[in-house]
Amino acid sequence: MISKDDVTYIAALARFRLNEGEIDKFTKDLEHILDYINQLEKLDVTKVEPTSHVIPLTNVTRKDDIRPSLTPEEALSIAVEKTSGFFKVPKVIES
Amino acid sequence: MNGHELTAHAIRDLAAKNEIKPENIYDAFLTRIKAVDKDVHAFVRTSDSSPKADNAGGKNCPAPIAIKDNICIRGRETTCSSNILKGFVPPYNATVIDKILELGIPIIGQTNMDEFAFGSSTETSAYGPTRNPWDTTCVPGGSSGGSAAAVAADEAAWALGSDTGGSIRQPASFCGIVGLKPTYGRVSRYGLIAFASSLDQIGPLTKDVTDAAILLNIIAGHDPRDSTSVNVPVPDYTKSLVKDVKGLKIGIPKEYFIEGIDPEVDRAVKEAIRVLEKQGAVFSEISLPHTEYCVATYYIVATAEASSNLARYDGVRYGLRRKAKESRQGALIDMFKETRAQGFGSEAKRRIMLGTYALSAGYYDAYYLKGQKVRTLIKKDFDEVFKKYDAVITPTSPTTAFKIGAKSDDPLSMYLSDIFTISANLSGIPAASIPCGFSKNRMPIGLQIMTKAFDEETLFRIAYTYEQATPWHTEKIKK
Repeated sequence: MISKDDVTYIAALARFRLNEGEIDKFTKDLEHILDYINQLEKLDVTKVEPTSHVIPLTNVTRKDDIRPSLTPEEALSIAVEKTSGFFKVPKVIES
Repeated sequence: MNGHELTAHAIRDLAAKNEIKPENIYDAFLTRIKAVDKDVHAFVRTSDSSPKADNAGGKNCPAPIAIKDNICIRGRETTCSSNILKGFVPPYNATVIDKILELGIPIIGQTNMDEFAFGSSTETSAYGPTRNPWDTTCVPGGSSGGSAAAVAADEAAWALGSDTGGSIRQPASFCGIVGLKPTYGRVSRYGLIAFASSLDQIGPLTKDVTDAAILLNIIAGHDPRDSTSVNVPVPDYTKSLVKDVKGLKIGIPKEYFIEGIDPEVDRAVKEAIRVLEKQGAVFSEISLPHTEYCVATYYIVATAEASSNLARYDGVRYGLRRKAKESRQGALIDMFKETRAQGFGSEAKRRIMLGTYALSAGYYDAYYLKGQKVRTLIKKDFDEVFKKYDAVITPTSPTTAFKIGAKSDDPLSMYLSDIFTISANLSGIPAASIPCGFSKNRMPIGLQIMTKAFDEETLFRIAYTYEQATPWHTEKIKK
């Protein structure tokens, strides 16, 4: 069971502002979907190793050589707001 | 035959003999787009500029290609068909785009998709739905529905899509074309905007199997910029285009012929099996016992990865930024929340919420870890089967294309339309959909072929043999 409080909490974690109508809708939707997902409870997986990745690759490394990359100007070309070589965001600390 | 009806390999061969000019072929496709895309809406952006403007080389393949709107093209807006990325112009090319432009293949436009590839119908796009060119009251499938519809409607010679749970194969099936999800790690994901990083793979959508082999030749290979791309040699896949399946052992999983499958789909797939049997393939019924858990497992793993990947869209750097009207928690956090509230559509929010829940403290073991463990069981089912069999054949989707709006209010029933395609992503194996007939309403039906990891060669051999023995790939939309 998932409650409206759970949904409000998840929305805060996921950084969504939701209105009352959306909270109701997502509570209903998530409950329906989780109810389906809960069929996995039928399986005993205590001795099964998890698969995070299908290709057995670990610790792919490369030499620490400098290679061509974006210039600061190119990287900032997509910025919503920028100032003297940085991305600019609303003030975090009040003066 | 009109230029826009040609396959990419036909265009390449005619151009090599100087029988067609690249500019003329490009214009033929542009004319076609102007004529039909107001009905189909396959494209979110097209490029009127001549092919030469797009690449320096202009080498040898002037067949125009359509690119799904989640593959970064330098200097062209790329949005995943989401409001949150409106105005985002990548300063770099995806590796697959570099490879395509090096061969002089012109990019004719970018195709519509479900927002961030979250969907099976292309209805969740911020640009509105794409329509199935065989019947414009039906969906083209999704999430690469724009790419599939563009190829089926002859608006592009071929296309690239991405496949996380069936997003190339299911629309290929619904639109009557060939679609291939390569082995995980076969094609670089660098520049593919991430949905679920352990499942996503770029692949071709084409008018025939030959074009799929040619396009995979072009895009496959290890890329130092994608550490999950695998450093194994890339064979010439066109060498697998032989009409010979004699002695190949193919499994038919009983779990894929379930109650609820459309009888016309069931009949077409069984008829396809008889065609391949006549060509010398040997079929046996097999079991993939954890099939019934695929969709549930997928919607844990894929949404968990998506919630993490999509955390980056917060208005800080690029795309949409919306400031909150009033600030409660501080201007920055309120900006994140407002931007994400306005930028994402409801299916994107639903999946991010589900994934956040599956990863949250107290639920991680019950959902995410459990999902990863069941994923192991699903992969082992295939490992066992491929010890004895060369391939597995199933329907691509349990039905033909459904009506627009039919499933949009019921997320779970939409999720279940990927029931046959998800297992290949969870286990990392290659899988293709090829046309295998039509319903009595003249809607296309798709046959899915799966082989073991990095054995696209056997897959192409079976697909090519079937295609050459049947007329389906030559059928055109009557208009």
